[in-house]
Amino acid sequence: MSTSELQTTRTGTDVGAEPDRDTRPSGAAALARLVRSELRLVLLRRRNVAMLAVLACGPLLIGIAVRVAGQSSGGPAFLGQITENGLFLVFTSLTVALPLFLPLTIAVVSGESVAGEASTGTLRNLLVVPVGRTRLLVVKLVSVLVFGLVATLVVWASAVVVGLALFPRGDMLLLSGTSVGLAEGFWRALLVALYVAAMLAGLGAIGVFVSTLTEVPMGAMAATAVLTILTQIVGTVPQVRVVWPYLFTNPWFAYGDLLRTPVAGHAMLVGLLTQALYVAVFGSLAWARLSSKDVSS
Amino acid sequence: MTAAITSQALTKRFRGGQVAVDAIDLDVPRGAVYGFLGPNGSGKTTTIRMLLGLVRPTGGTHTLLGAPMPHGGSQVLPAVGALVEGPAFHPYLSGRDNLLRLDAADRTVGGDGARRRVDHALERVGLAAAATKRYRSYSLGMRQRLGLAGALLRPRELLVLDEPTNGLDPQGTREVRSLVRELGASGATVFVSSHLLSEIEQVCDHVGVMSHGRLVFQGTMTGLREAANPRVRVETSRPDLAATVLRDAGTGAPQVGRTSVVAELSRPGEPPVATELLTERLVAAGVPVRQLVIEGAALEDLFVGLTGEGFDVDQ
Repeated sequence: MSTSELQTTRTGTDVGAEPDRDTRPSGAAALARLVRSELRLVLLRRRNVAMLAVLACGPLLIGIAVRVAGQSSGGPAFLGQITENGLFLVFTSLTVALPLFLPLTIAVVSGESVAGEASTGTLRNLLVVPVGRTRLLVVKLVSVLVFGLVATLVVWASAVVVGLALFPRGDMLLLSGTSVGLAEGFWRALLVALYVAAMLAGLGAIGVFVSTLTEVPMGAMAATAVLTILTQIVGTVPQVRVVWPYLFTNPWFAYGDLLRTPVAGHAMLVGLLTQALYVAVFGSLAWARLSSKDVSS
Repeated sequence: MTAAITSQALTKRFRGGQVAVDAIDLDVPRGAVYGFLGPNGSGKTTTIRMLLGLVRPTGGTHTLLGAPMPHGGSQVLPAVGALVEGPAFHPYLSGRDNLLRLDAADRTVGGDGARRRVDHALERVGLAAAATKRYRSYSLGMRQRLGLAGALLRPRELLVLDEPTNGLDPQGTREVRSLVRELGASGATVFVSSHLLSEIEQVCDHVGVMSHGRLVFQGTMTGLREAANPRVRVETSRPDLAATVLRDAGTGAPQVGRTSVVAELSRPGEPPVATELLTERLVAAGVPVRQLVIEGAALEDLFVGLTGEGFDVDQ
């Protein structure tokens, strides 16, 4: 920005940058571009990549342990079946990851979403662009949901690879007693992963809402993580059985139904609706909060 | 033509009851280079945040480029470049990636030209060589430049720059000054805040002075200089005679007191009278001069007079 440089770049109508030759894109195209930018930010961030790497190690650890120790009774669901068919490692791994590891990564990413931008001060830059507060919130929610999907698929992929490498690959004996081929078992495992990813949606929306309340990302992450654990505890106390159906964690493990023939879809449908409801409610709360918030950071 | 920025009784009262900005009426003409001057804590940044729609006013209204805010924001803000309270970027992204992210947030431009816009802005502020370095490793001056690059990503009708020279070395300060001048010369309106009178004095044609949340002066730079016209005070037992001498010497109309005469050193549009000449003439005319004082000699004094003196941060 030396003076000579300034003078050479100067032209008659040149105000801020070079003249605008760009045409205004459609709303959808502009939104897609912002979503891509956000996903790049979230998925390439080193901390988040490290969390995904840790998630990928889970199936590897379980797989090696079962391979070394052999068949056992007890332990997490489906653990015993792994030695009969490697695809069961997918179900075991997701069952182990769902109560704590996956929610923690969601808590980190969703807690960071708005509070992180506020704490670095980048929120004010985005709003002055102007990004539009509603648009920003939609993008943040989408990126958290996509991260949940990616995290689940990482567990799934790692479990498929490890399971098929270390254990038998034959037919799969379902919970209902019937057998299916490897290909169908593979698809069912993928459906389980997709269902688990959808189960993280409600938590993601809660995290984004909490994130709009503060400028301290760590606080939002911790609050969201604690809330997940508390909710699961409430879900085990029989005295408050009456609230169980309303907890976002209640339908989390309904994917066992995907391992039956015919597939019993009712519980999972309720699960998906529960998550949709949580996203709607906490998405609205986050919107109400963010659209009226004074951005003074 | 509508003004670039106007406000009527714009007020921000914080939840604790503290009034940060107290009913200010801004009037920034299009094409002006407007200096927004005031000590730290006088409400400049809060005003800027309100103008840009980041903070909701608790009273009053304002417009930006003719559009009522905050509702007109989505429509006019793309034509406004802003640097609010220092630069803020993601530390682990490079300078270029940070600007690409800002560009992606703009729904009025497509992705095709993003790289071109960003690289042009980086060149504009002399950061092209450091484009791929992480923001974390930038010096304070480079960070400030990146903030300016963000404001210059697109052609703007209005630039709002909050303390743009903060943290810059003298060379960087000079560059920013010439950038502001250049932007003004190209027809953009520039609204630049500072707590340093010298900064504003050198580049601005209009000025608003804030003190304790109030706008205590607003007008042209010339108007401010006139308001700062130094005065001569002569203590004497013959004030009538002294007044005649002063008038003949070319000062403004003298005000005659019981033991003193006060007059502005210059008449409107004329250079001030030399003090040595006054002394000489007074003595030659036989006026018994007890004391001769020049008051309010510099803009700096006026600024201090307008905003209050001392090191205490405004409450």
